[in-house]
Amino acid sequence: MKAVCYMGVEKMSVETVPDPTILNPRDAIVKISSTCICGSDLHLYDGFVPTMEQGDIMGHEFMGEVVEVGAGLKPDKLKIGDRVVVPFTIACGNCFFCKKQLWSLCNNSNPNYWMAEEMMGFSPSGLFGYTHMMGGYVGGQAQYARVPFADVGPIKVPEGIPDEKAIFLSDIFPTGYFGAVMADIEPGDTVAVWGCGPVAQFSIRSCFMLGAERVIAIDRFDYRLRMAQAGGAETINYEEVDDVVQTLKDMTGNIGPDRCIDAVGMEAHDHGLMYMIDRAKQKARIELDRPVVLRQAIQACRKGGTVSVPGVYAGFIDKVPMGAFMNKGLTMRAGQTHMMRYMKPLLDKVEKGEFDPSFVISHRVPIDRAPEMYKIFRDKKENCTKVVLDPWADGARAA
Amino acid sequence: MAENARIRITDAGRGRSRSMSPQRWGALIGGGALAIYGITRRSPLGIALATGGGSVALLAATRKPSPESSASATILINSTPQEVYQFWRDFENLPRFMNRLETVSKLNDRRSRWVALGPGGKPIRWDAEIINERENEHISWHSLADSDIQVDGRVDFRSAPAGRGTLVDVHIEYSPSLGTGNTLANFLNKGANFIMRQDLRRLEAMIEAGEIPTIEGQSHGRRDFLTGVMRVADPTRPIPVRSNLKDTFAARRRMA
Repeated sequence: MKAVCYMGVEKMSVETVPDPTILNPRDAIVKISSTCICGSDLHLYDGFVPTMEQGDIMGHEFMGEVVEVGAGLKPDKLKIGDRVVVPFTIACGNCFFCKKQLWSLCNNSNPNYWMAEEMMGFSPSGLFGYTHMMGGYVGGQAQYARVPFADVGPIKVPEGIPDEKAIFLSDIFPTGYFGAVMADIEPGDTVAVWGCGPVAQFSIRSCFMLGAERVIAIDRFDYRLRMAQAGGAETINYEEVDDVVQTLKDMTGNIGPDRCIDAVGMEAHDHGLMYMIDRAKQKARIELDRPVVLRQAIQACRKGGTVSVPGVYAGFIDKVPMGAFMNKGLTMRAGQTHMMRYMKPLLDKVEKGEFDPSFVISHRVPIDRAPEMYKIFRDKKENCTKVVLDPWADGARAA
Repeated sequence: MAENARIRITDAGRGRSRSMSPQRWGALIGGGALAIYGITRRSPLGIALATGGGSVALLAATRKPSPESSASATILINSTPQEVYQFWRDFENLPRFMNRLETVSKLNDRRSRWVALGPGGKPIRWDAEIINERENEHISWHSLADSDIQVDGRVDFRSAPAGRGTLVDVHIEYSPSLGTGNTLANFLNKGANFIMRQDLRRLEAMIEAGEIPTIEGQSHGRRDFLTGVMRVADPTRPIPVRSNLKDTFAARRRMA
């Protein structure tokens, strides 16, 4: 089958690899109909997340048809022919964490638990196509994928819903929603959202669903800011203001946004000396993450407010204003999304026609063009917001 | 043997004593010398020597001396003490999650024959007998005469508070010391306790999820040689060098 493989920093390649097989009783094989490049894949592309290996198959946003099931799967849970969206987190369903609905913290789904344990004390759940530290599972930017614990994660999609409305239930729609949930929004709140990428776009809309009065979105690309405005947000282009924190204060009667959402993560951009220092340290791998947004969010957040972090961080950060965080009595919440909590309710919204997530798509291309799309997406060329790959289109002919 | 030859030094400042094996002293002195030599060379090779030698010395100096002939670990399993006890009491189940055990076969209700993978994959055999057990709480066993090694093991099962499941505590002592059969793992302080923790993690997955998560047998794109070498360094494998080098060279052939 065709699969997008990581071949080194800024090097992706579509390789022909053996089709996946069932390795465990609760596995299923899914024939993929649609798959996406996620913003978090760009951290791997740029080489800032440890334990990627050459030849690893990328991708954690995919959906398709079940074509093979392991002996441990009950037909009432999943059977051949089911059309499913697969969540990017892998969960066993029976451990302490799964029983508490903390699905992305499953204790039994990471075969390389010890690697994450070295870096984080404990390991979160396994993830598809996202480093060996997170399990080393084969990803879904391919024609087929093996799905472990397939009776827990995948959710069946009714026939009437096309792929492009369902595919984002695999990660970014629930992740954006989770960002808003973690912010503990109260009616009338003002929420600041850093970043206007796909996750942020869903966060902005989810904030309104959860009762926010105002959402202020921060980015530097006009096409992304316009998309945020279309979702009801006011916007700040941080390249056009001296000080994002002061601008946010000025926009909120000098009290600050009640809730701050960091939908950017480890490769944030900014201007100024501090940013240059972070950039250099990250280049030298002294500091894995650039915590530009975290610093601003902690500074800008109203006293007693909440900072929610759905953006991905991988390692260690420098000079985060802990004094401000402590003395202002802030709350910070973070995490990979507990997918299985939100997929069904959000699918219901799509099914009822209340919400159409397909608005974020900017590119629909054959899988053969994935390597160049990584670069276009990373460099924000061609007004790129979201790339959907068709694993079966004949790219050689189409391109 | 190594026990007798230990050199004892006293940390007067803290009033406690530490001991270092001659091997560690060797690594510390040898690595240090290599580092100093490397630094004085002022060439790329010198830098490499200095880095390598320095790392060896640093690891030797900072590595906590792990007890070389015992292993302890504990795990919380979301299950009842009865279920975990029953599973463990059937010793033939142990190789399913202890990946250095090849087989355990029951001889009678109290006696069993064990085969483990020793250093370099060499089989080590012993017969064991249960010496004490309390249903759903405790099992202890020891090896009988005419065994390759002497083993004493015990496992305790306790209910965790608030219905959180069962706490499993395992302690095994053996002589002579075997290391882990993986020099690199020993060197990275992935010693016997680490191995035992991984075993118990697999036990947790077996009981809670019904299977042990794995990525063995997945497909992947072309791997390069360096990646292959990284795979060799995986300290969780019983005899890593043998199994991984094969994979690495197979990958290299595919590349060529």
